[in-house]
Amino acid sequence: MDRPALRLIAALLGLLGAASLVWMFQGLGGGNRAFILQLRGTKLAGLVVVGAATGIATVLFQTAAANRVLTPSIMGFDALYVLLQTGLVAALGVAGFAALPAAPTFLAEVAAMSLLAAGLFGTLLGQGARDIPRMILTGVILGVMFRALSGFLARVMDPNAFATVQAASIASFGSLDAALLPAAGAIAGLCTGAALWMAPRLDLLALGREVAIPLGLRFDRVMLATLGLVGMLVAVSTALVGPVAFFGLLVAGLAHGLAPSARHAVLLPAAGLIGAAILVVGQTLFERLMGQTATLSVVVEFAGGLFFLFLLLKGRVR
Amino acid sequence: MIRITGVSHRIGSAAILHDIDLTLPRGKLIALIGPNGAGKSTLLRLVARLEPLQQGRIEVDGLDLAATPTERLALAMAVMGQQTHIASRLRVAELVGFGRWPHHRGRPGAADRAAVEAALEAFGLAPLRHRFLDEISGGQAQRAHLAMTFAQGTDWLLLDEPLNNLDMAHSRALMARLADLVRGSGRSVVTVVHEVNYAAAWADHVVAMKNGRVVAQGPAEAVLTEPVLSALYDTPVEVARHDDRPLVLHHHWHDQLGTPFPEAPDAARPTVH
Ligand SMILES: Nc1ncnc2c1ncn2[C@@H]1O[C@H](COP(=O)(O)OP(=O)(O)OP(=O)(O)O)[C@@H](O)[C@H]1O
Ligand SMILES: [Mg+2]
Repeated sequence: MDRPALRLIAALLGLLGAASLVWMFQGLGGGNRAFILQLRGTKLAGLVVVGAATGIATVLFQTAAANRVLTPSIMGFDALYVLLQTGLVAALGVAGFAALPAAPTFLAEVAAMSLLAAGLFGTLLGQGARDIPRMILTGVILGVMFRALSGFLARVMDPNAFATVQAASIASFGSLDAALLPAAGAIAGLCTGAALWMAPRLDLLALGREVAIPLGLRFDRVMLATLGLVGMLVAVSTALVGPVAFFGLLVAGLAHGLAPSARHAVLLPAAGLIGAAILVVGQTLFERLMGQTATLSVVVEFAGGLFFLFLLLKGRVR
Repeated sequence: MIRITGVSHRIGSAAILHDIDLTLPRGKLIALIGPNGAGKSTLLRLVARLEPLQQGRIEVDGLDLAATPTERLALAMAVMGQQTHIASRLRVAELVGFGRWPHHRGRPGAADRAAVEAALEAFGLAPLRHRFLDEISGGQAQRAHLAMTFAQGTDWLLLDEPLNNLDMAHSRALMARLADLVRGSGRSVVTVVHEVNYAAAWADHVVAMKNGRVVAQGPAEAVLTEPVLSALYDTPVEVARHDDRPLVLHHHWHDQLGTPFPEAPDAARPTVH
């Protein structure tokens, strides 16, 4: 990495570290310190995993789609995860669903998501990724369809099941699913490692098919691998906090704006750190200073939504 | 050489190429000419493995396209497409640097950096090296893409309309550079050109295509003749000689104003008052 890139990564690490320290030790009373620290540590780890997974997934997806406007969530991808979840509850009932061993079920869902991502988006992107308005529309339609299907399943279920599903389909950074954290963290870590390993090939992928193939890239294979990683990372983040629409867009936009070059060896860590830092700083501010546990997702989504509008209106959709 | 045997191609139900047999000799500057829609780009894209080979066989210097790893082929031929649009925000030097990818696969060394410098220099891009691609003119971007192809350092260069967007001086400079590559370093260049006089002035070998077929091929002298060109483009031309090479004259047929576009239906006939 060259000097400006290193400086950026160091600065982001510093920011994340400082925010983490404040999060962990601010207002730590004389009470049960060990317990509070553990509680805070778990939540911190969750925020970092979700932020990093979302940031990296979005950068990967934008590279595969060759544009800066589409994100997995805009393409309705987290809605697909919620649908998968709802489908399981509908098929097994609340008791049956609760009886499933959490970690293996989660792993199976992650695997399913990566296959679906590669299949669905591999086809879509192969069709007409250049036609961005059409892709956005397709994504919106897919999202609405997945949500409608989830809603339908939820309605024919009993009220208990409905509540279970409802909880899973609304984003909240304040209350994350701690039981899944170890498995989710491990998967996010592995995916990040794989993405970094692929970084030079991702640089080539970003050039698009016409340029990358003559340079000797196994384009379709790298594309599918990338989309598979996106599927897994989205599954991780959605499982932990629920679907977030525009957060990834914000993170990827910042990463592209701040990184001195378009090289993925820099972009990916930058996006991961920016995602994690926004969530940790934001949650510290809202939860500690304002006593609002659940506001962050709303604010982040609003800012991300504004950014989306900005991109569309400015015509920077390519 | 590049050997194309029995290659046909269809898109949907439309037959685009019909059973093409063509041998492109090594060490020559080869011009591929023909009217719009003749299938020139499709043929180049098949050789560049940008389209799946549906029927027939293509060999590049003895490497069978269907059986050779794409990494190996990237060391044998470089390709510049007719339309290149790049989504990521790159600087000129970064784009040119990608031309070295087949050699270093992500870890550029001193030789790669030297090749990039040479390519930037050769295309007059040194002053623009730090500019972003979306902050330079169309012709400058075209030159950056060409420089990337050059940096790849392959024996074969396939270029689809490389003169697009280039001004007169840069067009001439490009053709001279291609000729220099061929005559000086023994490399082989296949380039699609629309202005046949570039073929007349620089090419060793000319391949003419129409309606998905090769209709003429051979030394420039043999192909760039009045009967061949008039039939190829469905438009009258006159071939003079200049500097001991053919010179194709077609701008002076003013009495032909108002003839329909060769492929256009009558309704699209330009009106002249
Ligand atoms: N995606 C497509 N679907 C259907 N037909 C196509 C498609 N792409 C190209 N064609 C047709 O294939 C034929 C050959 O196209 P090709 O691009 O190879 O021509 P060309 O000789 O390169 O023309 P030009 O000089 O205009 O670049 C044309 O008749 C064109 O209409
Ligand atoms: Mg063409």
